Amino acid sequence: MLYRTAGQFKTSYRADQALFPIKQDAFLLGIVLLCAWVIFPLTASEFAFQTLLTPILIYALAALGLNILTGYAGQLSLGTGAFMGVGAYACYKMITLMPWMNPVVAILLSGLFSAGVGVMFGIPSLRIKGFYLAIATLAAQFFLVWLFEKWAWLYNYNASGAIQVPNLDIFGLYVAGPQASSITQYYLVLAIVCVLTYLAINLTRGNLGRTWKATRDMDIAAELIGINLMKSKLTAFAISSYIVGVAGALFVFMWRGAAEPNLFDIPLSFRVLFIAIIGGLGSILGNYLGAILIVGLPVVLNTVPSALGIHVESALLEHLNIMIVGSLIIFFLIIEPHGLNALWRLIREKLIIWPFPH
Amino acid sequence: MELLNKIFVAPFADMVSAPDFLMQVLWEGLVSGVLYALIALGFVLIYRSSRIFNFAQGIMVVFAALTLVGLHEMGVPAWISVALTLGVMFGLAVTVERVVLRPLVGQPDIILFMATIGITLFLIGFGEIIFGGENKQMITADLGIPTGDVVLEPFGGLLILQHIDITAVVVAGLLVLGLLLFLNRTRMGRAIRALGDDHQAALSVGISLQTVWVLVWFIAGIIALVTGIAWGSRAGVSFALEVIAYKALPVLMLGGLESITGAIIGGLMIGMLEKLFEIYWGGPLLGGNTESWFAYVLALIVLLFRPQGLFGEKIIERV
Repeated sequence: MLYRTAGQFKTSYRADQALFPIKQDAFLLGIVLLCAWVIFPLTASEFAFQTLLTPILIYALAALGLNILTGYAGQLSLGTGAFMGVGAYACYKMITLMPWMNPVVAILLSGLFSAGVGVMFGIPSLRIKGFYLAIATLAAQFFLVWLFEKWAWLYNYNASGAIQVPNLDIFGLYVAGPQASSITQYYLVLAIVCVLTYLAINLTRGNLGRTWKATRDMDIAAELIGINLMKSKLTAFAISSYIVGVAGALFVFMWRGAAEPNLFDIPLSFRVLFIAIIGGLGSILGNYLGAILIVGLPVVLNTVPSALGIHVESALLEHLNIMIVGSLIIFFLIIEPHGLNALWRLIREKLIIWPFPH
Repeated sequence: MELLNKIFVAPFADMVSAPDFLMQVLWEGLVSGVLYALIALGFVLIYRSSRIFNFAQGIMVVFAALTLVGLHEMGVPAWISVALTLGVMFGLAVTVERVVLRPLVGQPDIILFMATIGITLFLIGFGEIIFGGENKQMITADLGIPTGDVVLEPFGGLLILQHIDITAVVVAGLLVLGLLLFLNRTRMGRAIRALGDDHQAALSVGISLQTVWVLVWFIAGIIALVTGIAWGSRAGVSFALEVIAYKALPVLMLGGLESITGAIIGGLMIGMLEKLFEIYWGGPLLGGNTESWFAYVLALIVLLFRPQGLFGEKIIERV
């Protein structure tokens, strides 16, 4: 009923291939964007900005980057956390070396460093495949985190070994550091995420995206039809790492405010990987659904016992959280191995033909 | 010039001038190498029989060791707690097979890999709730494992071998031997290898997927317990131990995901080389703690020349 397609006729192939083949999809996206740009900022509390809205967007962006590499180009990577770290440290160095720099420009440029490092660690993918490659990306993970710790130049030789975000402003409005307000940061993150998502959608639907998919589905066959595997894999690494790097810079500058090397350790990589897989590999929407689940779940779980009036110790609660997240990952994999995105597609199909079963 | 000297000359001069220290370093490396090899062995077994990259192997080590110590703390005699722990590992194998693996048969590799990470998280949370997060002492003495050390004096120097380490090496050797015999000489072992070669063909000649999976996970659990005891008596038992799982991954890369020989040789190589590198190059030149990545970089370099690892099966692809 809500998704009735009656009367929406397609008269050209172009219309058939359009981004929104059904009007209601565009309408739905409009509602979501309206919520994100107007309704949430008007209604959300400081707590909601800090624990839900901003982190969901940042994690979704990181997962989007990973998804381009793993979901579209088929190269499994376990080093996302470290590439986020490269983005964050590059941004920090640029800001401290050139304090006059516009923070947004710095954040967008920091992705380039991460892209460079990503391509370097992506070179083995030309020879190595599957799980071997996944373990090879762990080399990047461990090596880079070690480097963040030992290379004192990266954190300006300060005693704590951590990076601290200074107060940064654009035309007098603080966007990062202790003086920035959550809502400014949220809008900034939202804007960057929207732009990058738009670009990612177009990329994955275009020539490059089809090249990636061919590489993923069968690389030898792709090579036989004239796809340059090296170019395909390395562009995937570059673009994926760029997005991940920007997400890393946002992660530290717009949300955490400070970072130690071990923040970028392997749990972060896995978190992003969970989001990408639970959301659905090879989809854009899935990253957002996955991020909402993985970031939102612990917050919800934390509030459940106090809402029910049961007192649970925080350590126990934390361990229960880990346990429940673990079981839910397995649960979601069992009910829909292709992720929440596939679940939504199924629901949408049912809605279109509702109330008839076929 | 100074730098070249530090890289190419000084370390070797140090090695020659203090051969006893070199031997000590190699021995330490060998012992950790044996443990890496054991964990890698658990991975290889499960990978061969089901093509599942079992990320939970590292946490199974911790979980087995924690169960053993936890049971003993409740007043169960040492050897009975070993038996009970084996029972728990069997229960874990059955549960994992029934709840996680069976519904996911035939899914892409990455989905199964993710599921094992889910198992990892579950076991971390579960273990912390039941046994607590603090570091525990392994019940070395109660199990009758000799403590103390042997002091040798090669080249007029000093070489200290811990009894625990010697025991670990011997037991690991026996375990590997037993495993190889089991895989190569028994019906069940052949069934495991058959499943690894081709699921459907194995099923069609009447090999039960479920039984073999439970068995393989149980064997991985036994290996985990042995590793847990050996590593736990060196460093104590806590969830910090899970980092050794990350050490086993480059071993797999180096040795090849399917190869038992590869896991053993890879483990010993990585154990010794990373100690050597840390002591003679990493510490003086790079500020130390290079053990966290050295194994990966080494494995990566080897893989660039042999993409299937040193002993892995060469993958022949057809379109």
